[in-house]
Amino acid sequence: MATASIQVSETPLVLYALRRADDALILGHRLSEWCGHAPALEEDMALANMGLDLLGQARELYSYAAKVEGNGNDEDKFAYLRDVRQYRNLLLLEQPNGDFARTMVRQFFYAAFADLYWRAMMKSDDTTLAAIAAKSEKESAYHLRHSSEWIVRLGDGTEESHARAQAAIDDLWAYTGEMFHIDDSERALIDDGIAVDPATLHPQWFKTISDVVSEATLALPKNDWMQQGGRSGRHSEHLGHLLSELQSMQRTFPGVTW
Amino acid sequence: MVTAVHDDAELRQRAWNAAAEVVDPEIPVLTIADLGVLRDVAVTDGRVEVAITPTYSGCPAMNMIMVEIELALERAGFRNSKIRTVLSPAWTTDWMSDDGRRKLREYGIAPPQAASSRRALFGVEQVACPQCGSEDTEVLAEFGSTSCKALWRCRSCREPFDYFKCH
Repeated sequence: MATASIQVSETPLVLYALRRADDALILGHRLSEWCGHAPALEEDMALANMGLDLLGQARELYSYAAKVEGNGNDEDKFAYLRDVRQYRNLLLLEQPNGDFARTMVRQFFYAAFADLYWRAMMKSDDTTLAAIAAKSEKESAYHLRHSSEWIVRLGDGTEESHARAQAAIDDLWAYTGEMFHIDDSERALIDDGIAVDPATLHPQWFKTISDVVSEATLALPKNDWMQQGGRSGRHSEHLGHLLSELQSMQRTFPGVTW
Repeated sequence: MVTAVHDDAELRQRAWNAAAEVVDPEIPVLTIADLGVLRDVAVTDGRVEVAITPTYSGCPAMNMIMVEIELALERAGFRNSKIRTVLSPAWTTDWMSDDGRRKLREYGIAPPQAASSRRALFGVEQVACPQCGSEDTEVLAEFGSTSCKALWRCRSCREPFDYFKCH
């Protein structure tokens, strides 16, 4: 029956690449869930396109993690053969799509961060991460522009769309702090010039989202209590459900190929 | 059979010419050379190594392009070729040849503009309609039929068209 999960030797660099790969895979998967369900054909294509960008980023990052780890793992094994507790993505990105406003707010919070993050990572001393960053930052710029336009349209739209967008902001806000949190393993990589300190990105991130949210006649919550745990494998219940769908084929028919 | 010995530069040119004819499966008027996807061709001991770079990270055409290159090289007499992808420097629409831009326009796709306004959060781009040439156009959707395209409409001739995004 089901295949056993792989073991991963999470050295700081492997862990670092896996965390970003998981971010991209999980958000990309969430976006792919809209395929055929988006409110308009153009949005259906936009969400699928962005999901594809993220899947491409995930593949590069997983392949790099596999190379650094050198244990015979590969992109497919990382994606299909790790359990929920082995996933390292941000909690924000595994949150369910909800309505369109919720998907856009999630996308907006993350894209505003990813745009800055990848641009900063282009200067990483790790040449592979810098190369992946150079591709990803161009894509993130589009994702940010797309979601920003939607935040304004929804917030400054009808009473209904405004209420839904505000509810999404209020509900997802507590997951945004995790983007700026680091632990000891990342601190070492930051000191080595491989990783960027996300705290340095926070002022610009906050300015970007504040500007857009205010143009959208919406408001950011005042509370600053932040949830975290995804980076160390403590996830919300939603990720397990997502993985059961994403992994069902490989878990049921180990090693199956097209 | 004994293969005639060619000097490396000539072999490399032959291999390049073969690989350069492969077209983008999504935009069959453009070759991978027009697009700037073909980065390098090297010949070592008769074995060809081709380096290509993806346009977008998730571009699904890449796998097909790799297979097509291998087949094109085989037809040109090169066996066991190796195709690798390089990420750095990151592909940019600036690499698209003038010939490529012209072919794109004739095919009905507006070629990429200068990338300067890409950073603007609510950027305004001026894109000329590939059908009638009018600049009275508007964006319908930032994302089009493939990752590299956006959907636009001409207010003058009323035709919708694809725009190859700056990247």
